[in-house]
Amino acid sequence: MLEIEIDGKTTEVADGSTVMDAAHKLGIFVPHFCYHKKLSIAANCRMCLVQVEKAPKPLPACATPVTNGMKVFTHSESAVKAQKGVMEFLLINHPLDCPICDQGGECQLQDLSVGYGQSASRYQEEKRVVVNKNLGPLIATDMTRCIHCTRCVRFTQEIAGWMELGQAFRGEHSEIMPFIEKTVDSELSGNVIDLCPVGALTSKPFRFAARTWELSRRKSVSPHDGLGANLIVQVKHDKVLRVLPLDNEHVNECWLSDKDRYSYEALNSDARLTKPMLKQCGEWREVDWQTALEFIGTDLKRVVRDHGAASVGALASPHATLEELYLLQKFVRGAGSDSIDCRLRQTDFSLDGKNVVPWLGMPVADIQQLDRVLVIGSFLRKDHPLLAQRLRQAAKKFTRVSLLHAADDDQLIALHAKSVVAPSALAAELAGIVKAATEAKGAAVDAALANVQPSVAARQIAESLVSGENAAIFLGNYAQQLAQSATLHALAQQLAAITGARFGYLGEAANSVGGYIAKAVPGAQGLNAARMLSEPRKAYFVLHAEPELDCANPHQAMAALKGADLVVAMTPFKTRAIDYAHVILPIAPFTETSGTFINTEGRVQSFNAVVKPLDETRPAWKVLRVLGNLLGLAGFEQDSSEAVRTEALGGKPEFVSERLNNRAEGPAIDLTAAVPALQRIADVPIYFADALVRRAPSLQKTRDAAPPAARMNAATLAKLGLNAGMQVKVSSGGTAILTAQLDDGLPDGCVRVAAGHELTAGLGALQGEITVERA
Amino acid sequence: MGTLGFILEAAEGERSWRLAEYVKRGGYDALKKIFSEKIPADQVVGELKKSSLRGRGGAGFPTGLKWSFMPRQFPGAKYVVCNSDEGEPGTFKDRDILRWNPHMVIEGMIIAGYAMGCQRGYNYIHGEIWDIYKRFEEALVEARAANLLGNNILGSDFSFELQAHHGYGAYICGEETALLESIEGKKGQPRFKPPFPASYGLYGKPTTINNTETFASVPYIINEGGDRFLELGKPNNGGTKLFSVSGHVNRPGNFEVPMGTPFKDLLEMAGGMRGGRKLKAVIPGGSSAPVLPADVIMECTLDYDSIAKAGSMLGSGAVIVMDETTCMVKALERLSYFYFEESCGQCTPCREGTGWLYRVVHRIEHGEGRPEDLDLLNSVTDNIMGRTICALGDAASMPVKSFIKHFGAEFEYHIQNKKCLVPEDVQRAGSGFFKVS
Repeated sequence: MLEIEIDGKTTEVADGSTVMDAAHKLGIFVPHFCYHKKLSIAANCRMCLVQVEKAPKPLPACATPVTNGMKVFTHSESAVKAQKGVMEFLLINHPLDCPICDQGGECQLQDLSVGYGQSASRYQEEKRVVVNKNLGPLIATDMTRCIHCTRCVRFTQEIAGWMELGQAFRGEHSEIMPFIEKTVDSELSGNVIDLCPVGALTSKPFRFAARTWELSRRKSVSPHDGLGANLIVQVKHDKVLRVLPLDNEHVNECWLSDKDRYSYEALNSDARLTKPMLKQCGEWREVDWQTALEFIGTDLKRVVRDHGAASVGALASPHATLEELYLLQKFVRGAGSDSIDCRLRQTDFSLDGKNVVPWLGMPVADIQQLDRVLVIGSFLRKDHPLLAQRLRQAAKKFTRVSLLHAADDDQLIALHAKSVVAPSALAAELAGIVKAATEAKGAAVDAALANVQPSVAARQIAESLVSGENAAIFLGNYAQQLAQSATLHALAQQLAAITGARFGYLGEAANSVGGYIAKAVPGAQGLNAARMLSEPRKAYFVLHAEPELDCANPHQAMAALKGADLVVAMTPFKTRAIDYAHVILPIAPFTETSGTFINTEGRVQSFNAVVKPLDETRPAWKVLRVLGNLLGLAGFEQDSSEAVRTEALGGKPEFVSERLNNRAEGPAIDLTAAVPALQRIADVPIYFADALVRRAPSLQKTRDAAPPAARMNAATLAKLGLNAGMQVKVSSGGTAILTAQLDDGLPDGCVRVAAGHELTAGLGALQGEITVERA
Repeated sequence: MGTLGFILEAAEGERSWRLAEYVKRGGYDALKKIFSEKIPADQVVGELKKSSLRGRGGAGFPTGLKWSFMPRQFPGAKYVVCNSDEGEPGTFKDRDILRWNPHMVIEGMIIAGYAMGCQRGYNYIHGEIWDIYKRFEEALVEARAANLLGNNILGSDFSFELQAHHGYGAYICGEETALLESIEGKKGQPRFKPPFPASYGLYGKPTTINNTETFASVPYIINEGGDRFLELGKPNNGGTKLFSVSGHVNRPGNFEVPMGTPFKDLLEMAGGMRGGRKLKAVIPGGSSAPVLPADVIMECTLDYDSIAKAGSMLGSGAVIVMDETTCMVKALERLSYFYFEESCGQCTPCREGTGWLYRVVHRIEHGEGRPEDLDLLNSVTDNIMGRTICALGDAASMPVKSFIKHFGAEFEYHIQNKKCLVPEDVQRAGSGFFKVS
């Protein structure tokens, strides 16, 4: 520990600390621009110059290491003179166009210039003008305002993992720019807006929409991936205008992924459904709530009477709130059915009934302490942008991250080892890893693995896991969707036991864990999502989901829904429900209702509505409550969402980790997999993953939102007699016309066709056999 | 190696850059001596300390001391880097060393590698001197063929490989950490220090960077001993030094003279003032050194201490001589433009300040000066100096400050009368390019 005195106050800091760290500890503010707690030290803005005793000149607090007995003065004459001098330099070429700048009111340069700037400039020469850059649909630029702190550059390089911005040219001609003719395409790109201390980088969708002081700041939770990033939703006149991160070191740190940040645009879009709709005599009519709900009540009673309660099923999106899921299952079970599920893309349910409630298996923040990680079946960076970011940082230190997957997408993580095999071979490859690890440990090999021959990569991964002291194995979204997911689970569980690693799931959606806790999964008598569709029901309740995009077999889902007597679609949006539903109820998205998401580490995060429900939209928990009453069911007397939550959770826990469990007793390992001539790999691209992002206009303009193609490696293309760029007809269940695309990161005999998009909604199962021919 | 000017003067024979010629002059004797006498590394560094050799790149840091900072026991890669990125206006000595005597630099670097336990070296050569780069590469080929570079040099157990690296002409890459960034393939921008290169240098490994002339002085010190080298110059200022004399003299060029030689003598060696005109001012150490008026410089001897006492720096030994036909405002305008163009743009005071300085000086030169401009210039330089990551900010400020200090009257005349104190036609005549009208 080193002792330091700053402005007369003394403290002790750890070796290697900087003067800035010590100042933070003492609560002393040192003005700065380029310094950021999560980025490397650049020391280029020079704003944090302070006087250090015995130093001949002022030193930057951010980059000066503390030495024992150091005496620092942050407000002495010499320090302030230096700081004011720097401020003058920063302002001479700055346009001072605060009245028309979106950053005005939340600008570090503006704020600090009040304290350190002069009221008039001594600079009478011409000012610099810098041409703006096109950074894509999310980030607006006013590069003349740039003060060259390079926070954005360091962010893309260090946090996002790919240096998409840099400082070109020299001296006064320096410019921050992307690669020539390229945009910034990172899924974390929006963070550079928060980092920019001036108005050089601002939000494009938010541009000129409001002044920051007109906006209310309200806390919320992201409804997208399993992380549950904490949000500040900014609101004006009951309209969401912007979303910013709320610092939470345990969850999202100070970052947001772009979908957390920009999906709000869907809330204000024309795609919102604002009135209950009823289909009568083949015509859709806008009706009042009373009519719609009474229709449902009557019709449901009819279906139950005619076909029995078991003919009722409910499909819920895992992006729905805990309260909504809880009341939906209570409603369905009240009506006498046990068929409800929120695991719409899952195909292998053989772990049901084994007490498995999949979760991360550890706190999110502990990822950085892991020394070995194996991720199985995950489009990691696009499925879990901020969890991937944590792994990226960990991999830079001492963590060896390995990946077993069906596609070789660049995760921008320094991987220790990777194995990319066809989906049908994933289980066998994992079995190889298990066998190699077992052999390395000198333990007895499981009889089921007797014939397995570990590959070179498998041995490498096994060796890394065996040599670790704090390892973890995670099953990704893709692994959870596969037909062999229970086998993968069993193998991963065995591997964890052998290597002493922790074992967890990367939760697919904001409420994947919450769905289990709310019991929105079938009971012993009920049908799971797949069976509800393969064995069509007579009545369906669809909550927040778009079955044609969200289900494991869209083709089959549409057939089942279209054949039903009653389909009630509850959604905030005008969806394809008009093709199959009988009633469509406009329910509130996450910003217009209070609710709870339980993230993948079991953290219970509740939030309030940040705006009033749009038009006739109503929170789904209220709708379900009224429906329960209409059917005369017991237990629908809750008068607040908090009451629903308390009932669902049996109290007000902050975590439900103790109710979560990844360990199953002896799921069978079945390594026999059918190997079709050509098999589909279906990713769920980041901006097609849920109803909100699909309707966020700016996100839809990004490169990640490019329409799905039929991607194959060169060998597969050649074998099929195709060339990249050709129009091809893809068939599995249904058909789709797509463009063939070369993707050398795919295994032989595989076609990658993304799910979650209109273009591929007509296709059948997300995996298994598929055919491709020239269109 | 008997002559006084052992670097350049000794290398005046036909094809002096060839290995054979160098060996004839006693080249690589120092290296052989180290191997045959098994001189330990400590002793090599000790000899350097004794010699009072100070860094020839401009800062004048004692070389022996610098070498002793290298953590020789540090396991893994360590580097020795030669800074031949000679970009300072007025300086043109390193290119002549590499042109006529490249092997002396190579030998110096091998000895440095031996002394500091490095197995790899780089010579970063300025981007605008292609022929020199080529010649150095040829010298490396010769040295490798003669097992002077590579594994087990001359049968010893010491191995050392040396590469040349061609820069792209940016002045800032002469700053040692920017140079390292540039070798690493990154944009040439100085790093914040600490950590210093001795602990975190090239590719993050301990690295020592010296000037070309510094390395070229090493073989002599090993051959003749540190004491002998020190005796060449004067106490605390060992050896001889190359001075690049340019400007209004009859015979501009490089002159290798002992440290402590009176300026008067150097001026005489350079053929005296052109056209017999009167000396007005001298920048004694490259464009970033403060200018000294004639009466001050004529009393100086050429060594670090004397020049420093007079208020300037010996720097890289680039002596820019200006006679009475020089307009000091125009001269400063040109210098300020250089620093404005060459600032790397990384840190605020230099990026913004150099442009400000240039624009104000430009305005004064063009008859648009204002009475408050000189105070403004002084205040801006105060705000740049000592506030930047590297010394370029200081380098840009010192000419401004010293020109105003010594020739303030000329600036004031410009501001008041909107023209030069030295009439235009006199300036033209002095340039040597125009006839007197």
